Amino acid sequence: MRATSDKVVERALLAVACTAVFCLLVIAAFIFKEGFPFLLKVGPGNFLFSSDWRPDSGHYGIFPMIVSSLWVTFGGLAIGAPLGIAGAIFLSEFGPPSAMRVVKPAIELLAGIPSVVFGFIGVMVLAPFIRRVAGGPGLSVLAAAIVLGVMILPTIMSISIDSLRSVPQSYREGALALGATRWQAVRMVVLKAARPGLLAGMILGMGRAIGETMAVIMVAGNAVKMPASALDSARTLTANIALEMGYATGMHRQALFATGIVLFVVIMILNGAATAALRRRGAAKR
Amino acid sequence: MRMNPPFPAPRRAIRAALLALACALALACGSCAGRGASVTMAGSTAFQPFAEKLADEYNASHPEGNVTVQGGGSAVGISAAINGAAQIGMADLVELPPDASVLTPFVVARDGIAVVVHPSNRIKDLPMARIREVYIGAIRNWKEFGGPDAPINVVSRESGSGTRSSFETILGRFDLSTSAIIQDSNGTVRETVANDANAIGYVSYGLVNEKIKAIRVDGQACTTELILAGKYVLVRPIYLLTLGEPTGAAKGFIDYVLGPSGQASIKADGLLPAK
Repeated sequence: MRATSDKVVERALLAVACTAVFCLLVIAAFIFKEGFPFLLKVGPGNFLFSSDWRPDSGHYGIFPMIVSSLWVTFGGLAIGAPLGIAGAIFLSEFGPPSAMRVVKPAIELLAGIPSVVFGFIGVMVLAPFIRRVAGGPGLSVLAAAIVLGVMILPTIMSISIDSLRSVPQSYREGALALGATRWQAVRMVVLKAARPGLLAGMILGMGRAIGETMAVIMVAGNAVKMPASALDSARTLTANIALEMGYATGMHRQALFATGIVLFVVIMILNGAATAALRRRGAAKR
Repeated sequence: MRMNPPFPAPRRAIRAALLALACALALACGSCAGRGASVTMAGSTAFQPFAEKLADEYNASHPEGNVTVQGGGSAVGISAAINGAAQIGMADLVELPPDASVLTPFVVARDGIAVVVHPSNRIKDLPMARIREVYIGAIRNWKEFGGPDAPINVVSRESGSGTRSSFETILGRFDLSTSAIIQDSNGTVRETVANDANAIGYVSYGLVNEKIKAIRVDGQACTTELILAGKYVLVRPIYLLTLGEPTGAAKGFIDYVLGPSGQASIKADGLLPAK
């Protein structure tokens, strides 16, 4: 009797686990089916490395969008990661438990704010501020990076807190017993031990940043050219798909699916590189 | 794809799960087909708010009326009307594309496209040719118009937008400057211009408010009188499109929109009547 019910549960769970993989495969197959013929027709070189995007007259070059996507993603990471990790270090190593009780729920709440709200604040407050202080159109790579930095902050911070807390207390005690100050103990022992977790948080944050669409459309300005500086307007891969999907037909539509393929590949490369880095560090530690 | 499940993966379980999934999908689709005879409209985001109001009025005065309105853009309106996803497509283009020739067009209203700048901008009047040069990217600084030494932040719409295609067609087809900021609706263009003293944009006439300033084009202000007199040139028709002659509820709704109360409602909300 026991064995039967065990088996049923086991098989049901297996089926559920398979649906995730199944969904991924179906989505990938669909995007490739729609976009791949286009890639062959236009030529991957033309598509990837031309800077001329005028779908109305048959020019499909997404190089500026690839570059813009990387700009805003790494810009967001450059803002979100230091803040998130520093905040996590304070909360888990130095701050009083009461700080954790206040800050942790606040971060979780921040994670729940819809991206359109971030975008709205970006448009109403951040972009005019950048325009006034630094010049340019305001709707810019910088605005997108700041908005993304705040958006990925909760992800990075909460994963960093978890990984710092999972470092055994004996490590800290050992370091302190050897005469290290608290900061030395954190810097030389705790951070080293927690590094894979911190990196994992950054990878997840990066994934969220590169995939974010709504907030980026609202604050990046979406101009179809190579951004010359952080104050220039730019269009990311996701924004390109979302902006034009509603209208696109024929070749144009296929071009947007091909943009999806590129996004897919970029994300796989970034995730792969980060995972490899993680694994190498793990191996080196042993 | 190779997985290493902790237990052997029975094929039957996977098959059963897929079957269950298929059943769930079939049920979900079955329930959505069960609604009564209704009219779905889709298309132009510029006309969408007016269409929603007209649909509300029509539904309120016609007990059997069940008109629902969706956006999507003019291109979506045309393709939805062709493939039957919507009984009525909405489009706001100066020229309907060739594939719309199978549809029956009804001009239900006209809409001016106002060229707008920030209220603090002292420019009051620009010729069409200069506006075109600004959008091409040939003129990039306000001082060329006697304004301050500040860059012109050009704001346009995404390619495929009916407002954009009408704007570009009337100005004489051109390739938009690649530096142009792209916003994906009339409302966000308005917000962008309202927030940027150096911006220039264009929005549907009905959406002009005190946060932005509409300038004169070729000396003609964007007003109801001048548009009706044919003096203000940035005007586009708004079409309702049906596949073949409209019948039943779709016909009833189009007749209502073209009738006196529909036209009065369109006029009251800032659009221009069809005739």
